Amino acid sequence: MGRITLDKVTKSFGDIEVIPPLDLTIDEGEFVVFVGPSGCGKSTLLRLIAGLEDVSSGQIRIDREDATHLPPAKRKLAMVFQSYALYPHMSVRKNIAFPLKMAGMSKEEQDKRVDYAAQVLNLSDYIDRKPGQLSGGQRQRVAIGRAIVREPAAFLFDEPLSNLDAALRVNMRLEISELHTKLKTTMVYVTHDQVEAMTMADKIVVLQAGRIEQVGSPLELYRAPRNRFVAGFIGSPKMNFITGEEAAKHGAHEIGVRPEHLQPSTESGMWKGTVGVGEHLGSDTFLHVHDTGLAETITVRASGEMALRHGDTIWLTPEADKIHKFDAAGLRVE
Amino acid sequence: MARKVTTQRMAVNTVVAWVIGLLIFFPILWTILTSFKTEAQAIADPPIFLGFNWTFENYIEVQERSNYFRHFWNSVVISVGSTLLGLVIAVPAAWAMAFVPGKRTKDVLMWMLSTKMLPPVGVLVPIYLMFRTLGLLDTKLGLVIVLTLINLPIIIWMLYTYFREIPGEILEAARMDGATLRGEVVHVLLPMAVPGMASTVLLNIILAWNEAFWTLNLTAAKAAPLTAFIASYSSPEGLFYAKLSAASTMAIAPILIMGWFSQKQLVRGLTFGAVK
Repeated sequence: MGRITLDKVTKSFGDIEVIPPLDLTIDEGEFVVFVGPSGCGKSTLLRLIAGLEDVSSGQIRIDREDATHLPPAKRKLAMVFQSYALYPHMSVRKNIAFPLKMAGMSKEEQDKRVDYAAQVLNLSDYIDRKPGQLSGGQRQRVAIGRAIVREPAAFLFDEPLSNLDAALRVNMRLEISELHTKLKTTMVYVTHDQVEAMTMADKIVVLQAGRIEQVGSPLELYRAPRNRFVAGFIGSPKMNFITGEEAAKHGAHEIGVRPEHLQPSTESGMWKGTVGVGEHLGSDTFLHVHDTGLAETITVRASGEMALRHGDTIWLTPEADKIHKFDAAGLRVE
Repeated sequence: MARKVTTQRMAVNTVVAWVIGLLIFFPILWTILTSFKTEAQAIADPPIFLGFNWTFENYIEVQERSNYFRHFWNSVVISVGSTLLGLVIAVPAAWAMAFVPGKRTKDVLMWMLSTKMLPPVGVLVPIYLMFRTLGLLDTKLGLVIVLTLINLPIIIWMLYTYFREIPGEILEAARMDGATLRGEVVHVLLPMAVPGMASTVLLNIILAWNEAFWTLNLTAAKAAPLTAFIASYSSPEGLFYAKLSAASTMAIAPILIMGWFSQKQLVRGLTFGAVK
């Protein structure tokens, strides 16, 4: 249960093609994250799978069954929306029971399932409240509860955490990951936040302008990005890109070095520069280095605390085996 | 300093608001006062404001001369009936325009509203002839139909505005949850639109209650509502201002009282969407 296959799926709005022909297979029980900058078509792709948008051409199969033209309710999928999309006039219990009621399930079975979901999601104390009386995190849990009671073939999440504050987001991230381990149901998750993608996914699908740039596990994408776009998108802070002479030395049009693969030193090193802004997080220090003659700014990550100030001189040395090389078209060269 | 200016401003605004409010209310107040005067006092020159002998004579006479309650009942049936019928047609129409808009949806809305800008007398003859052929003249059913048609653009337009405020994601969630179109409208859309529906209903009842052109032209005796009841006091033998005022007061009292109790809902409803 829960294998989703997209076969040459396209989507156009009027004359504008937002998804050019696209193939993708999401395996049973997988946690797949669609990630990309805003407007890359990741939400549209999710809505095509959900059936909330019609495909322009191509085929969508869910568990080997052609679902291309099935209405959303018939696809055995459950969706959690960015705005939670709870029914404001219904109590938490009624919200969670709504899909069961629509399916014509008996009252006892409804109650049994709602109570179970409420217990799993720690909602039992709020079961008779209205959504307006809940915090953002609680609302999100109700939305998830409404999705799990249906025992769907797959869950679809459309940027579910972007309305939450940073601390809560981390918690909910863990909760969703735990839920996935517990339920072992396929999950398709859309986000623009690469940290969410890296921490939650079994498989990441990086999208740009409706095209799939790369599909792979988080560490595959981190270690071997297929092109410059993926290299720049995955990893935080962003990879440093260097062109010109220094790149030519490595036989490439452009090279990329992640901030964590640069060794900073106050005494010696390969590249000399001046410290600009320093971000001191305690566990890490991010330094923005200028005047290296390589790029406008080079970001470097030092582990722990580093007592460097604005204007200090710094030397940077890249780890030789961690340098990524790209050709003029932006594709990876080995 | 700044505070002083604000206080002065507040005072001026308050006075202006009161003056405007009293100006608007004055004709109603005058009608009510006149209804308690004798016919001679009612046409006295200079007019008497408060210093007259209060009398209930006009009310008693109006009650003796005509059957107030039958007209009242006709008004209730016509205004409530046309509002309910209007909702049955307007809810699906507004749903379609709010959630599945086409290229021409805005044009359709404007076109519907533009029908309100035509003088109704332009279609009086065809409608009169149609009603005569169909046997709808002087029937409550006929008035319910004609008032539904007259006010439908306003009901659709108001519901459309409320529906547009409801996030589409919630309806999509209902669709994902297995709701049919009917389930989506009955269980999700309508309960969420209750405040908007309430003010639409109230406004429409008021408009239908006050409608005088069609109710006067298409009724004679049986289906005549309160507007016809008032008009019957402007007789060709000369106006009886005090009796006319008493009849008017009795006709507007129910709707005035209803409006008074629901003004919060009405104001909220009419400014909905304007201020977010």
